Amino acid sequence: MRKVLMGNHALSYGATLSRVQVIAAYPITPQTQVVELLSEIVADGKLKAKFIRVESEHSAMAACIGASAAGARAFTATSAQGLALMHEMLHWAVGARTPIVLGNINRAMAPPWTIWTEQNDSLSQRDTGWMQVYCQNNQEVLDSVIQAYKVSERVLLPTMIVLDAFVLSHTYEVVDIPEQEKVDEYLPPYNPPYRLDPDEPHAFGGLTGPDGYFELRYIIEKAMEESREVWRETGKEFGEVFGREYGLTEEYKTGDAEFLIVASATIASTARVAVDVMREKGKKVGLLRIRVIRPFPFDEVRECLKGRKKVLVIDRNVSFGFGGIFYQEVKSAMYNEEHRPPIFGIITGLGGRDVRVEDIMEMVEDVERREKPEDIIWKGVRV
Amino acid sequence: MEGGEGMRLPLPEREVMTPGHLACQGCGAALTMRLALKALGPRTVLSIPACCWSVIDGPFPHSTVNVPLFHTAFETAASTASGIRAAFEILGKEDVNVVAWAGDGGTYDIGIQALSGAAERNDNIIYICYDNEAYMNTGIQRSAATPLGAWTTTTPVKHPKSEPKKDMVSILAAHRIPYIATATIAYPEDLVRKLERAKETKGTKFILILSPCPPGWKTRPEDTVKLSRLAVQSRVFPLLEIENGEKWILNMNIKKPVPVVEYLKPQGRFRHLKEEDIQRIQEYVDKEWERILKRCGLA
Repeated sequence: MRKVLMGNHALSYGATLSRVQVIAAYPITPQTQVVELLSEIVADGKLKAKFIRVESEHSAMAACIGASAAGARAFTATSAQGLALMHEMLHWAVGARTPIVLGNINRAMAPPWTIWTEQNDSLSQRDTGWMQVYCQNNQEVLDSVIQAYKVSERVLLPTMIVLDAFVLSHTYEVVDIPEQEKVDEYLPPYNPPYRLDPDEPHAFGGLTGPDGYFELRYIIEKAMEESREVWRETGKEFGEVFGREYGLTEEYKTGDAEFLIVASATIASTARVAVDVMREKGKKVGLLRIRVIRPFPFDEVRECLKGRKKVLVIDRNVSFGFGGIFYQEVKSAMYNEEHRPPIFGIITGLGGRDVRVEDIMEMVEDVERREKPEDIIWKGVRV
Repeated sequence: MEGGEGMRLPLPEREVMTPGHLACQGCGAALTMRLALKALGPRTVLSIPACCWSVIDGPFPHSTVNVPLFHTAFETAASTASGIRAAFEILGKEDVNVVAWAGDGGTYDIGIQALSGAAERNDNIIYICYDNEAYMNTGIQRSAATPLGAWTTTTPVKHPKSEPKKDMVSILAAHRIPYIATATIAYPEDLVRKLERAKETKGTKFILILSPCPPGWKTRPEDTVKLSRLAVQSRVFPLLEIENGEKWILNMNIKKPVPVVEYLKPQGRFRHLKEEDIQRIQEYVDKEWERILKRCGLA
């Protein structure tokens, strides 16, 4: 069934189709519609789930962890300050190996108060051990929730589905809503190997000294590494079942591209149009969209960057004192490669400043003029 | 013994908790768990935040409680328990007691928000606070549960705690949850009866159990039960039940109280107190008792 949906409701539909069993959430702009619709769906009896209207995001994540540890499929959604408040429990979800899925609407951090898009909220949680998927359209938002449960429950790590505030969260697009039977076929019920069960009592997360903690961390990294193949496999399977295939990355007109743009989220959608316009003018430009940043798609990035004349990484985020975060990651992934293209990093669109097709074309022209890469190139800042 | 109807039931014979816990000698919190699990039985799940019991249960992979235990973050005993309960409800496991088991720091201070949230939603959990009146696991720092005049490492003898203990029971009563009770290990039949009642009551239950701590209170391990009894007999720790936040029941109306000094004297944490300080504490206890009598309709 095709329906016109806002990005936030695509998250709600994704969670509903995944038959989530416990939802614990707290309101925050611009996420609120996600849980408003879910609370309605649950209240109407269309989804057999418990909705816990918690008093904070910290409690939302704690409740999801408890629910997941007890054997239920758990979901929450948040944004910016809410995600930051969850931070302690984001680590907990990973250490406890609870495969929760969280929708995060990328919103810039305060102060000053703001509600518009930027990736610093989710990228600040990059090292917690959550898998992170950056979506480019509402269809991908819905599909990614379903795929995320499949991957998360296989490797026992949680996933964050990330979408840009307003540019996706409040933008209506036509979305194909898959049939429930097909989703059930693709996504089996959650059946964790260990759970809180009085018939088989275990203590979870008890005190562990230096003789044991190290190995538990090693196992998490191994699960992350394993998840790369699981994302690829389940993305392909998604294509077979639903006709839409997903990878860790997505390439657009990269075949003969001498100049490669690397971008994520909705900037990647805009860059795709810019590539078409520039191609018409005879420029050999292509686009690599990074969809999943954790686990980092080393193979895809290295393979795609090999042999390019110039690479431009566009970041809607900044790690103060270093630069764009996707830029750092792409650059470091290439360091040990034999053939390293020059990689340029541009920071743009912070706090939801619009990034248009012509802006991206200007960025490409700017980088074409430059001989040497610089650590930070700013685009669109008025100083 | 003066007392109400809470004293009739014998203790259940079953032992759910197994030997091998790591508590200090004379730990009130260890005895509290043993008695609580006798009452609650094996179909119980514990959500335990940072507190002495994060250590007492034993290091990974050991566990002494012999029921499923989820170790959670300091401020999340209640919210984690709410999540566990929601999962059990949706999975059709209605016969399990979901228990948040926290110390006073995790209850009176850092965990009060999550507890208040769960209580306001009336989530079907039993919240048990074993109250040793300070952050004992981190080395005896003051909490909101530390009583007036007590020494802790952050309220040194030159500046002992100048505020009385936070009235957690009244705070929970204001949430109008179906059942609140206070208990001590000195009256195990009363403690067990209250937990059995909590088990049978739907909604949020809050049980406050005074748990003397020999290293933190600077007391002799063999005095733990005696001090628990003195706390009740001196009216410092009244044994109460509150139904729906409205009906207050005093389980033991102490007509001839032991002077508070008898309770304070064996405790090193009050050693610095001068006569006038003790007098001030006695007056405070008397005033609080009057307030409780009024609430229980006994004034």
